[in-house]
Amino acid sequence: MQSLQKITSRFVPLRIENVDTDQIIPARFLKATTKEGFGKNLFRDWRYENDDESQPKKDFVLNQSQYSGDILVAAKNFGCGSSREHAAWSIQDYGFKVVVSSFFADIFKNNALNNGVLPVTVTDAFLQQIFVQDATATLTVDLEKQTITIDATGASEQFEINAYKKTCMLNGYDDIDYLLSIRNEIEQFEQAKK
Amino acid sequence: MGKTIFDKIWDAHVVKKIEDGPSVLYIDKHLIHEVTSPQAFSGMEKRGAPLFRPQQIVATADHNVPTINQHLPIADQLSKFQVDTLIENCKKHGVELYGLGHPYQGIVHVIGPELGITQPGMTIVCGDSHTSTHGAFGSIAFGIGTSEVEMVFASQCVMQTKPKVMRINIEGEIQKGVVSKDIILYIIAKISASGATGYFVEYAGSAIRALSMEARMTICNMSIEMGARGGIIAPDETTYAYMKGRMFAPQGADWENKLAYWKTLFTDADAKFDQEINIDAAQIQPMITYGTNPGMGLSVTGTVPTLESMTDATEKQNFEKAMQYMGLTPGQTLLGMPVQHVFIGSCTNSRIEDFRLVASIIKGKKKDPSVQTLIVPGSQEVAKQIKAEGLDKIFEEAGIPIRQAGCSACLGMNEDKIPAGQYCISTSNRNFEGRQGAGARTLLASPLTAAAALLTGKITDIRTLLN
Repeated sequence: MQSLQKITSRFVPLRIENVDTDQIIPARFLKATTKEGFGKNLFRDWRYENDDESQPKKDFVLNQSQYSGDILVAAKNFGCGSSREHAAWSIQDYGFKVVVSSFFADIFKNNALNNGVLPVTVTDAFLQQIFVQDATATLTVDLEKQTITIDATGASEQFEINAYKKTCMLNGYDDIDYLLSIRNEIEQFEQAKK
Repeated sequence: MGKTIFDKIWDAHVVKKIEDGPSVLYIDKHLIHEVTSPQAFSGMEKRGAPLFRPQQIVATADHNVPTINQHLPIADQLSKFQVDTLIENCKKHGVELYGLGHPYQGIVHVIGPELGITQPGMTIVCGDSHTSTHGAFGSIAFGIGTSEVEMVFASQCVMQTKPKVMRINIEGEIQKGVVSKDIILYIIAKISASGATGYFVEYAGSAIRALSMEARMTICNMSIEMGARGGIIAPDETTYAYMKGRMFAPQGADWENKLAYWKTLFTDADAKFDQEINIDAAQIQPMITYGTNPGMGLSVTGTVPTLESMTDATEKQNFEKAMQYMGLTPGQTLLGMPVQHVFIGSCTNSRIEDFRLVASIIKGKKKDPSVQTLIVPGSQEVAKQIKAEGLDKIFEEAGIPIRQAGCSACLGMNEDKIPAGQYCISTSNRNFEGRQGAGARTLLASPLTAAAALLTGKITDIRTLLN
């Protein structure tokens, strides 16, 4: 897993609530058997008319050239619906390293963390402050300090992440290495349970 | 202080708690399917590690399968490759597979319970958010991502932060024409598509106790649609009667031992919940959704909200987006609106009881010629039972073909899709944009409301068709 410590970047504002994982990556793209290449289909049906890459929808934020960066900022309840980890893979493959919202669905949050994409939960008020910034504004996300800052105004907020997951993200560790390392303890648990 | 049923099962499965971090939670049963498992298998192979407890895994193919001519090779090459990959992975790693053509094949959340694999007190995971279905048996069951599927392959454990617990009490008797799908759509409309995020939900109360296992599964199934990690209903005589004698249910002395344990699985009187919601069952009417998330629901006789009823700018913007997608007007009634498709199926409503309900409405009648149908049993076993009970004849006489088991038009992944711009009354669980196919307009409802639309071609109050 990629590690992540601190990032300063412009951001892409997605002012839509309840973005479900079917929008992030429609089901017809889930037929792959590898994790690669999902980025080109990220938000596919919001991005293109008639499923055609030569017909980008001009009003969709990923098609507006003034917006770019490693940070996606979305309205509340981001990532609801299906558990498909393909949603996290497509966001990562597109190039986002951080997703900011005032509220994340649980499974998506775990999936993002397991792929080195940092979900940052901010207050509704702070989210609105981000949304009113212009396209050249940058955000700084500092995982060590657990802060997110709007660089132009200096406005800053703390965000929550549990200490274990923070360590994993900072160092690029994954849970599977850890679980493999405690197989003995798990076997003992199984014996005791019988 | 007493414990909730959730706490009792959770605590019994914690291998260890990481300080300031998640718990390592032991998983009794791991269900897998073709879509969310291949990357986990290849991940294990890259690590060079064998699966830790392959005998605790059961696999089936459901999302990608066609629902006609299942004896023929799958036409879509990508779907075929994914299903073939599952077959190969299961063979290589010693995992039991109920694949296409197997008498136990079906939607993963239908076959687990019907084969007796799902049991009270278990922890059950699957790379599928509707794993919450299995909570109807008094188990902790929840959907996981593919990295977590790999964790269970590696260690039979997942790393989970303990969720908060919510209890929803539904007391009283439900009206005639109202079924469990209406109960859960009513709850989600009330608390919103994110109202239970961060929680595990226990459903309790006399209205829940009165439900069959199939009906309880429908409720637990849609827990995720309000953001909950899962739903749980304490086991009782209804649970035990359903389970007894099923293929993989405990037998003989083992049954007696397990039963004694299952009877300890209830919420203690003095247990505390982080949140409690009380609902009067008599208030619930047949429900239907009008928008693009399952929280956008109303009584079938109700009217779509108006912009004036909303204060928040983003909410207004989202509502307008949903109205545009659905081709509806704020403030309108849905009753009498023509629908072009009816889909009866999915892990929410494809069990034998759902087919009995639909058959009871269409018996001796003909389908409205304007409606196209996708009627899809949840499993081979359900299909067999439909025939055994003669329900297939009722559908046949109504001019409605019954298809073969699979996820079908729930998710626009296989051949069964709804064309852009057309309306579908669907017994499935999600009305997201494009869920049933690009541009498809989904109206979630109960099997009864779907049956009414089969006959009328319109959104109909089922109560007007009941004697």
